[in-house]
Amino acid sequence: MSSFDVKTVAALSRLELTPEEEAAYQKDLDAILGYVEKMAELDIADVEPTARAVEMDNVFREDVKGESIDRDIVMKNAPANVDDELFRVPVVIDEGGA
Amino acid sequence: MGKNVVPEKFVSIAELSKKLVAGEITSVEICQSYIDACNATEADVKAFRVLDAEKILADAKASDARRAAGNALSAYDGVPIGIKDNISVTGEACGCASKILEGYEAPYDATVITKLKAAGFVCFGRLNMDEFAMGSSTENSAYDKTTNPWNTDCVPGGSSGGSAAAVAAGFCPATLGSDTGGSIRQPANFCGVVGLKPTYGRVSRFGLVAFASSLDQIGPLTVTVEDAAVLLDVLIGCDKMDSTTIPNQEGGFAAALSEETAPKKIGVPMSYIENEGLDADVKAATLKAIEQLKADGHEIVEVELPHADYAIAAYYVIATAEASTNLARFEGVRYGNRAQSNDLLEMYTKTRENGFGAEVKRRILLGTFVLSSGYYDAYYLKAQKVRTLIKQDFEKAFEKCDVILTPVTPSTSFEFGSVKDPLQMYLSDIYTISVNLAGNCAISVPNGEASNGMPIGLQFIGPILGEKELLQTAHIFEGLQKEAK
Repeated sequence: MSSFDVKTVAALSRLELTPEEEAAYQKDLDAILGYVEKMAELDIADVEPTARAVEMDNVFREDVKGESIDRDIVMKNAPANVDDELFRVPVVIDEGGA
Repeated sequence: MGKNVVPEKFVSIAELSKKLVAGEITSVEICQSYIDACNATEADVKAFRVLDAEKILADAKASDARRAAGNALSAYDGVPIGIKDNISVTGEACGCASKILEGYEAPYDATVITKLKAAGFVCFGRLNMDEFAMGSSTENSAYDKTTNPWNTDCVPGGSSGGSAAAVAAGFCPATLGSDTGGSIRQPANFCGVVGLKPTYGRVSRFGLVAFASSLDQIGPLTVTVEDAAVLLDVLIGCDKMDSTTIPNQEGGFAAALSEETAPKKIGVPMSYIENEGLDADVKAATLKAIEQLKADGHEIVEVELPHADYAIAAYYVIATAEASTNLARFEGVRYGNRAQSNDLLEMYTKTRENGFGAEVKRRILLGTFVLSSGYYDAYYLKAQKVRTLIKQDFEKAFEKCDVILTPVTPSTSFEFGSVKDPLQMYLSDIYTISVNLAGNCAISVPNGEASNGMPIGLQFIGPILGEKELLQTAHIFEGLQKEAK
């Protein structure tokens, strides 16, 4: 068994799983994490971590306004919108009594 | 019984270009012949998510008009190229074979598409893939199961399964794929075509839907090594839209193939070949390739990659960690499918539950876990350290050789549904995955057929920015294969 708890991690992942999925993923992830434990065989305390394979420096540019995509093209992909200008979402802040 | 729908003859984009330039054929004629080929056997192969013949022919017509007016954009103006469903083309679907992006149309061109269009290439359909490029068989597509044109009972490999199958079935002369852990090379190998993963940072990832940003690279799938070199020349370059692209790159890969070169020094990690999981036919073909290259005057040297056994463990921590972060953007607010709910959090969780397939959820869970509080050091940091060791293994090996030769996969293509355990599926990427961790370039080239009639591939790996030597070696090997026939 690993320390993976499917319910906790599903909540962090913003996934709503069915009970069947929870059972299956708990089993899969225990097996995969068991395999990943293989890394413990290596003595790596003094090894530097690699975040990217090809070393590169920060890339800077002048802070000037560039071109962007037209709003109507972006809004075409929105599942729900307000006046073709804003993304519509369920109520974020409930003011109570509404 | 599965069908074999591989055509007898393939035409390379280099040949198509010559005919276009000589005025022997038009782009409309070329595109129509590929559309006809799709009409004949696409029902068996199911390589495409979308194929809009009308749009393709309109683009081809525009290309012919340019050429007729003496304004051809390049020698390749009018050549069709299929695009994997995770690379953005303005106004076309870009669904990553996922339900969560149903109905989404890309609002801009990926940089690779801008470059292809600037050279006059005609975008030829959207190719099926494993959902969000997560998988090794294209069985994880939320839509059709693409088949292997050599035997339609078998998988085409993945995640660029549609890209490989389309070339192998003669549906288009070349395609673009993406490779995060072998997703170009493994399907190319399963379908008997050429697949190139460039050095990390060679090709802009702008407009490629991100899976694991430190590992992803776009590359071509083609019928010849020369075509891969031609397309690499078009695709490379520093891009202000992708700060991980390498500055001051030099091309000339296609031209370098005809250069006189000294015999190559080819490194062979014997541990890869002595691996007991390696299929007997694949092993025999790999050993034969080594003998062919030796007989042609190239030097074979033994190299060691001692941390290769740890690559899959490190990869599945790093790739899923990055994926869980990248896929957080799919919540139903700005694009794609949304589940209805009056509660914001429930809208997110239901949208993701309904929109993502099983393997994508599995990887999001794994990635979220390894990044979560209290586990970061045990998993993510450790994996990054293993990544350092793997990178150093390659650096040491390349002190002794120009390129490294290995099998691409432990076996040939397998039948649908035959690999059910997710961990077993991950382990099939053993020969390709370490290349992405180290950032090297690598290519899969056809290396004969197994006794079951399925294609075998051979992988050459080059150092960082070592594409010139890599492509030259692959080109030499391709020539030896032709002679041997």
